[in-house]
Amino acid sequence: MSRCCDLFCRPFVLAALLWTSLTFPLMAMEAAPNAQDPVVEARMVHISEELRCMVCQNESLASSHAELAADLREEVRSLIRQNKTDDEIKAFLISRYGDFVLYRPAVKPMTWALWFGPFVLLLVALTAMLMYLRQRQKTLPQAGWTDEELKKAERLLKDGESA
Amino acid sequence: MSNDGKFGMKKFLIPLAFFLSLVIFLALGLQRDPKEIPSPLVGQAAPAFKLFTLAPNDQTFEPQEMLGQVWMLNVWATWCVACREEHPLLVEFSKQHSLPIVGLSYKEVQAQDEPPGAKMSPEEKRLLARQRSEKWLRTRGNPYVLTALDLDGRVGIDYGVYGVPETYVIDKQGVIRYKLVGAITPEILSKKILPLVTDLQKT
Repeated sequence: MSRCCDLFCRPFVLAALLWTSLTFPLMAMEAAPNAQDPVVEARMVHISEELRCMVCQNESLASSHAELAADLREEVRSLIRQNKTDDEIKAFLISRYGDFVLYRPAVKPMTWALWFGPFVLLLVALTAMLMYLRQRQKTLPQAGWTDEELKKAERLLKDGESA
Repeated sequence: MSNDGKFGMKKFLIPLAFFLSLVIFLALGLQRDPKEIPSPLVGQAAPAFKLFTLAPNDQTFEPQEMLGQVWMLNVWATWCVACREEHPLLVEFSKQHSLPIVGLSYKEVQAQDEPPGAKMSPEEKRLLARQRSEKWLRTRGNPYVLTALDLDGRVGIDYGVYGVPETYVIDKQGVIRYKLVGAITPEILSKKILPLVTDLQKT
């Protein structure tokens, strides 16, 4: 399973560690050419934060160090420069990597269970709880004290105080 | 009293049913490979491209050239560890079956291969990629009818490549019928690819 990840991630985890510790100025240098157009860059980051890096699946495209993520960010930049809308850019990536690239999948019959399932479960649980509580109230004996018992309790309390 | 017993039974069965369904869901989840993502490309026409091949002259390859025959596209690179594993299988397969396998060399020259501070020209990259790939194929055997060089990974993006090796089965009409991410295993070859290919070749 981690085979594919071997190829992309592992060298990059190492590289990332090395990078941050040794060559921090180098990173700044590398980012320089992209910073030329802050508008493109801001939009690229905005879009790719919503997209999954297919190589290291729990990272967004914006934050991943995987080489494929870098290539895809470049692809997103070039699509922005071609005046594509955010939706068009996302559609471009979905047509290649599937709905899985979206961190927030579209609401459609296929994803209804995903979006509404938790709420349905909550509703079921709440109903079950209410039904259970009602049932319990009926079956439990009425907790009431007789006058005699109350008097006895009072006497006992008084005895305790005087003792 | 018998009523009470029934109620107690129910009380015991409901959590058990919940627990069992949870176990089933988790067990199914464990069986699934998170790398195995259904590709939207299956059922779509194989994206067009035109790339230089490993041949020393400026020979190019386009998928359209394969129209009319069933073929396999195998994405590989010499730096890819899992490719080494699957390669003998491909070599064996190419000897036994008449199915053309086209190689797609994916980003053979990596960023770290370039001399620091200087970018390699596309020609230099192509030369290095050819040298390395040819050496690799000479020592391990060559199952490919040809290998196209996707040096910048742009074609890889069109094919949704995210973990080399990847393998595609493309039919006579140029439609992708199967996509595999990761190394081919003898099981996948005999149970999935071979039946599909035989089926596609008949039509």
